[in-house]
Amino acid sequence: MRQVLAVCLIALASVAAAVEPDEILDDPALEARARDISRDIRCVVCQNEPIDSSNAGVARDLRILIRERLVAGDSDAEVVQYLVDRYGDYVLFKPPFKPTTYALWLAPFALLGLGGMAAASALRRRKAGTAPEGLSPEDEAKVGELMARFDAEMDKKDT
Amino acid sequence: MQRVLVMLPVAVVIVIGGFFLWGLNPDRDPNAIPSALVSHPAPAFELDAVDGVDVPGLKTADLAAAGEPVLVNVFASWCVPCRAEHKVLTRLAASEGFPLFGINYKDKPEAARDWLNELGNPYQRIGSDLSGRAGIEWGISGVPESFLVNAEGTVVWRYVGPIASAQAQDELRDALAAARAAGAGS
Repeated sequence: MRQVLAVCLIALASVAAAVEPDEILDDPALEARARDISRDIRCVVCQNEPIDSSNAGVARDLRILIRERLVAGDSDAEVVQYLVDRYGDYVLFKPPFKPTTYALWLAPFALLGLGGMAAASALRRRKAGTAPEGLSPEDEAKVGELMARFDAEMDKKDT
Repeated sequence: MQRVLVMLPVAVVIVIGGFFLWGLNPDRDPNAIPSALVSHPAPAFELDAVDGVDVPGLKTADLAAAGEPVLVNVFASWCVPCRAEHKVLTRLAASEGFPLFGINYKDKPEAARDWLNELGNPYQRIGSDLSGRAGIEWGISGVPESFLVNAEGTVVWRYVGPIASAQAQDELRDALAAARAAGAGS
């Protein structure tokens, strides 16, 4: 029973947000869009929190603003652009793909590629280098001679 | 090829070390928000005067109408750092001779009036932003916040927080001098 209760409370915690009842729109479709947008907008006061879950005054103002724009008939992209015009790309949790952010988006793939190339060349080199090589005839003869001497020494000791 | 590969770890260390050096720089504020407004025209807004205060309201056209760089200061009577900043701004506006405009952010007119009566009113114009909508147009994250707008109505400098420290005042003087020099050159 307690476990069931705990699971319910945890599930509730994830839906809890700072959105206050008076902000919520009557139209559930518009409200859902507003929630989707505000989840990806960074609060400029408490900077690692989306405005959807922030209690800051500016975050509340922005949530209301987003809903007003949606009611006025703006598309999601237009609403986001409206905010970017005023606060910059900084408010987006997902930065756009454009020349100034190429390094940000492409660096992981570039590094992965470099690492893969390094690993491939290292593996290839190890494979080529491990082929066993036999002894040369001279070495073979030398070893034979040493073995014979060793055996002779042992025989001498035994007697 | 071999020689290049040998140098690779050194290059990696230099790059990572460079980032560390940049991150350790005490002048760098990791919480600073890059302003989307600097080097853009001031946003469109129109605010009425604060009830009971005898200076006119503030709108976008007033900024360029001054014909010289102006400082737009977002303040509120409920904001404690604004109180600290008030005296400094009053003195700077007089000594540096720039017009000081105010945006009274989410403030009760009576409270703002009492605050100005108590501390003095250095503002030539004050717009009353009851809803906080003009604040969003300016992209503020809190109060106080100040913007320097040049003679063409372009935002050239922004300061988040009270202009009270010697460093902040120097920054304002530098920005003002640059804006005036650019205005005289054109």
